[in-house]
Amino acid sequence: MLSFLSKTLKTFRHGIHPGDYKDLTRDLDIARLPFSDELTIPLSQHLGAPSRCLVKVGDKVNRGQIIAEPAGFVSIGQHAPVTGTVKAIEMKHHPSGKMVESVIITKDPFSPQTFYNEHAMEWENLSPDELISLIQHGGFVGLGGAAFPTHVKLKTPEGKNARFLIVNGVECEPYLTSDHRVMLEQSADIFLGIRILLKILGAEKFYIGIENNKPDAIALLTKNIPSDMNGEVVALQTKYPQGAEKMLIEAVLKREVPSGKLPIDVEVVVQNSGTIAGIGMMFRFGQPLIERVVTITGPGINNPANLLIPIGTPLTDVLDYCGGLKENTRQVLFGGPMMGAPQSDLDVPILKGTSGILCLTDEEVTIKEEFPCIRCLRCVDACPVYLNPSRLGALAKTRDYEGMLEYHVMDCVECGSCSYVCPSNIPLVQRFRVSKALLREKQAKAVKKSA
Amino acid sequence: MKTAPKLLLTSSPFLKQQEDTPAVMRQVIYSLIPALIAAIYFFGISALLVIFITTLATVGTERVFNISTKQKTNSLKDYSALLTGLLLAMTLPPGFPLWMAFLGGVIAIVLGKLIFGGIGSNIFNPALVGRAFLQSSFPVAITTWSPFSDFSGFLEIRGYTFTIPFVKAGTDATTAATPLAHFKFDGITTDTANIFFGSSAGSLGETMAFLILLAGIYLTVRNYINWRIPAGVFIAVILFASGLQLIDADKFAPPMFHLFSGGLMLGAIFMATDPVSSPITHKGCWIFGLGVGFLVVLIRTFGGLPEGVMYAILLMNAVTPLINRVTQPRIYGEVK
Amino acid sequence: MLIIISIAALGGLTLLLATMLIVANKKLHVEEDPRIDIVEDMLPHANCGACGFPGCRPFAESLVNGGSLPGKCTVSSEEGRVEIAQFLGVDVGAAEKQVARLACAGGTNVARNRAQYQGLQTCQAASLVSGGGKDCFWGCLGLADCEVVCDFDAITMNGFSIPVVNEDKCTACGDCVEVCPKDLFSIQPESNRLWVACKNLDAGDEILEGCQVGCTACARCEMDAPGNLITMKNNLPVIDYSQNHNTQVPIQRCPTGAIVWLDKKKGVIKGEKSKKIIRKGERRIATT
Repeated sequence: MLSFLSKTLKTFRHGIHPGDYKDLTRDLDIARLPFSDELTIPLSQHLGAPSRCLVKVGDKVNRGQIIAEPAGFVSIGQHAPVTGTVKAIEMKHHPSGKMVESVIITKDPFSPQTFYNEHAMEWENLSPDELISLIQHGGFVGLGGAAFPTHVKLKTPEGKNARFLIVNGVECEPYLTSDHRVMLEQSADIFLGIRILLKILGAEKFYIGIENNKPDAIALLTKNIPSDMNGEVVALQTKYPQGAEKMLIEAVLKREVPSGKLPIDVEVVVQNSGTIAGIGMMFRFGQPLIERVVTITGPGINNPANLLIPIGTPLTDVLDYCGGLKENTRQVLFGGPMMGAPQSDLDVPILKGTSGILCLTDEEVTIKEEFPCIRCLRCVDACPVYLNPSRLGALAKTRDYEGMLEYHVMDCVECGSCSYVCPSNIPLVQRFRVSKALLREKQAKAVKKSA
Repeated sequence: MKTAPKLLLTSSPFLKQQEDTPAVMRQVIYSLIPALIAAIYFFGISALLVIFITTLATVGTERVFNISTKQKTNSLKDYSALLTGLLLAMTLPPGFPLWMAFLGGVIAIVLGKLIFGGIGSNIFNPALVGRAFLQSSFPVAITTWSPFSDFSGFLEIRGYTFTIPFVKAGTDATTAATPLAHFKFDGITTDTANIFFGSSAGSLGETMAFLILLAGIYLTVRNYINWRIPAGVFIAVILFASGLQLIDADKFAPPMFHLFSGGLMLGAIFMATDPVSSPITHKGCWIFGLGVGFLVVLIRTFGGLPEGVMYAILLMNAVTPLINRVTQPRIYGEVK
Repeated sequence: MLIIISIAALGGLTLLLATMLIVANKKLHVEEDPRIDIVEDMLPHANCGACGFPGCRPFAESLVNGGSLPGKCTVSSEEGRVEIAQFLGVDVGAAEKQVARLACAGGTNVARNRAQYQGLQTCQAASLVSGGGKDCFWGCLGLADCEVVCDFDAITMNGFSIPVVNEDKCTACGDCVEVCPKDLFSIQPESNRLWVACKNLDAGDEILEGCQVGCTACARCEMDAPGNLITMKNNLPVIDYSQNHNTQVPIQRCPTGAIVWLDKKKGVIKGEKSKKIIRKGERRIATT
């Protein structure tokens, strides 16, 4: 009884409680997907400059071999996920809807598909900059979905100090369980990755934030913290969007990242647990980021699973492996149900930032009728960034973009909490996205004019 | 050629909580039903007719407007016209002439909602706009109260229910004074228990204050109204009335009396909490509630009218946009 | 007696207020060239911004102090511009008439949707949701943002959800160019009659599955055009309008009709070899 009283879990203000829906895949072990015949690796699957291609059509490549190098600091390397031949380098469909230059590799059917250069990578004696370069060339991006190049976050700018590393094991999106399974099955890699990151950042302590709907992960990681490391596992209240960087920092450290600034400004660096596991694996075996764990779930797929999928695998192959889509599937999303990207085509590759594939049926996607805003306050109560979505929605309708700037629309993280709670079914997030895109365009034009 | 299903593209998020605006309005209406039944019980068929005609007027006006202006959606779907009609009826005396009630309903919707642009854009509470119109246009009829009775008097027509439009009402109906009028003009205090549990003369919504309080608790628990507004009203009323009592206990009414007499309960729980015309921040709701409570006691004590709830709420509605502006919360990470 | 006092009081107040107004008018008067008002009256009062100024008044100021020529106002009629020029004693400075042109012909009868979009019915909103669902990522979405934004009623959506520009009404104000999320509009001199009505950056015959009038980058127009009038860049023909482009030869062998000739009277003319699309209704995906 007393433990109940003392155990108020840490959390952030506001937020919403959508259902969990993780039962479909929570207890499924990670299985490896068989290699597809043809894989498509877009040269731009991350935020930043597209990678520069190093191979030409007809080249033979080995699994794990580098095929594109970083084109600048905010860029990463890309590697061949299979042993095979480069079939073509052309524009292909990208899950964002655009057409992106991609490298298409056909698998060599007789190869055992082992990683070509297995070796333990030495890291104790390397400098932080050397380690950062290795991570950049290893092709690491934030596996939580944003696909921001990992090494950029690890390079602490002048005058700033990274004291704390927070591992994001929250996975607040409903339906997704890939981070959960990685934490359960790859905890050794995670701790090695944390060690390396602590060395790079010079941080003094680490925290692993996990929502309390994953008690097994909390228990396992708490037990396995190496005795010589200074850190703890923090159990957090299950609330959306706990996994957003700023909300996570607020919950764990009670620090608020100033508007327009980055976590490094409050002495924190946040990394996804899957990314860290990948980094640990690279230093253990030398293998760069060529595959990742993806949760295939939803009422629209016949056999949900957590699969280890090589980057560039066609979506159709993944769906076929999971028993195929059901008759009444209406939407296929890359990501979770709150911030995922809907797909117009099944002929797209799995990317580094694909954390889940969610298949929704007719029942889940009934388009509801829109009513006028009755100013019921629910969106204001839900917004984790303390905006006023009701007022912003009214301004967006009248296209008063300057007014929206005044009400801080650019701070919106597009988490979807406001649209979720709105009883009038107003498409708030969509309106904000359009307004933000227009405002960004206007700002870019203004910068160009003054230049 | 792919045989994939034709996929649907919509904007995120793809999950939604299930309750929509019509459901919220319906719940508010359901919570009002016990008080409606009590009013009909005490005031008989006249009350039923007033409720029916007022609601018919509001719903009918909105539908006619929809059709004649070729609106794309049927705005009756969100039940707000129905709610306005019921609330307006609750502010009227039982013997109110039916033609005036009908007119009040029409004006409430036209002037209180439609000219502003429909629900969501109105500044004032539509039911109160209707009542304000009736108060200014027919001050005598609206302050003619009829006595209450128990079920045996159900079929008795009160007051001037069936007066022909524009004809001066006869003077042969039985009337009774409300507790507030008693106090203001005669200095007689009514027993608190009487007005709380029993009934008293007054408009339909002034009976059985505890039913309305229960409705308020239900709505708060289910998160359909913002409890800060009624809380603010009650706190302000108690504080201000107690303060006045300290000055002169005989001249000024006690706080309990203020709380349970007149339309304060109905106003605090159903009228002031109308989401469209009340502030959108929690701090703003406190200011709003406190303001309403203060103004109610002020008007009742020092104003020319025995009842001040309606004007208090309308005045605070007018100030709501300003309250919204002033109480905008600081955004995440904002350094002030 | 009371009446006299009332009249005196109100009359005195009136006189006082009127005096204040007169004094204020004199003291706060801004000296301006009187010609600015006259010129502003001659302008069409559309405040559209086509001249590059934020309204008709700033443009009138610029005209009077010699910063601009009347030709910049594309909304005025020719007589209107001449009138202003004569009043100010300057050259008309008329440039050639410019119009907005659309670089897409993928209507619903020839282009298909890969996925169905539902949500806010504007092109800007749709293009943010995975590109809008059209098979050709660069194609027109048909949700009429341009029709809504045009202040001069020069754009109407035709039966196949493609905007059609009425070149007589078009004033080249640039609003449609700004609003289109796929950047399909551009301001062109009216005399640029040879026109590429496609923005598909992909190559090959597979794109015809998505849109039957798309450019497959076969480069026949480049071969047939005189000299180096046309060069292929990013799988699209680019016409060098500084050369003599008054020829219909490059369009004849185009297999899809992506490059066209815009005749003033006859409208869009496609080459002889281009496929004739006679479909009257919407193109649908074959369902197996």
